[in-house]
Amino acid sequence: MNQYEVNFIIDPVLSGDEIKSTAGIYETLLKDQGCTIVHVNEMGLRQLAYPINKKSSGVYYCIEFTSLTGAVIGKMELSLRRDERIMRFLTVKLDKYGVKYNEDRRSGKITSYKKKEAKKKPYEGVAPAVKEEIIAPVPVPEVIAAVPTPEVISPIVVAEEE
Amino acid sequence: MASRDDIKFLSNPTIGSQRKKYCRFKKFGIKYIDYKDSEFLLQFINEQGKLLPRRITGNSLKYQKLVAVAVKRSRHLGILPYVADLLK
Repeated sequence: MNQYEVNFIIDPVLSGDEIKSTAGIYETLLKDQGCTIVHVNEMGLRQLAYPINKKSSGVYYCIEFTSLTGAVIGKMELSLRRDERIMRFLTVKLDKYGVKYNEDRRSGKITSYKKKEAKKKPYEGVAPAVKEEIIAPVPVPEVIAAVPTPEVISPIVVAEEE
Repeated sequence: MASRDDIKFLSNPTIGSQRKKYCRFKKFGIKYIDYKDSEFLLQFINEQGKLLPRRITGNSLKYQKLVAVAVKRSRHLGILPYVADLLK
């Protein structure tokens, strides 16, 4: 029993119903061949990184399924290749970590990676000056500004002595 | 005897030393690299869309190979470019 994942990009020129029906064709094809479909991920219209078939965008679909033998895949790929509405496709066999990753992704444990630019800054350069600006406004209104300043100044003085 | 604290350096001794590189996959226990997550994979390619070498990313050999496969898959699917200019 192996778990596979097939991605394909559908031509965006088609109407919404046609796009859904093309994706449905491959779902039913897999079901007819005795596969169980785990999940269908519609990623929707996305911008391509480079033009494919002279088009700059495409509708992404990802179907996860389990199959006893890999024999289905040959048939499926053949029909994907013959289909003019499909711009690209990729079939991948998932290892145990991949299966777990996809489950966690669906249940919301893992979210897609985001850049942390605000956190990176203090590590890179002459940090303390930046830190003051961030820390100061937080405890502002009640505590007088005189309290935080000596703490902030002292490390700088030490650094100069060294 | 002068203790370690009494010694004063003319220049900051920590300035020249580089931070030790590490493999982020080993350190944080990442086992699977998603080829659909373009934001994550952008960390491992340069501005022209080329794969960064291990000596810069610090990845262990095992995971560098997996990163390379993931990048190549996402290029095929049009998620990452094969050739680019000013990617970042």
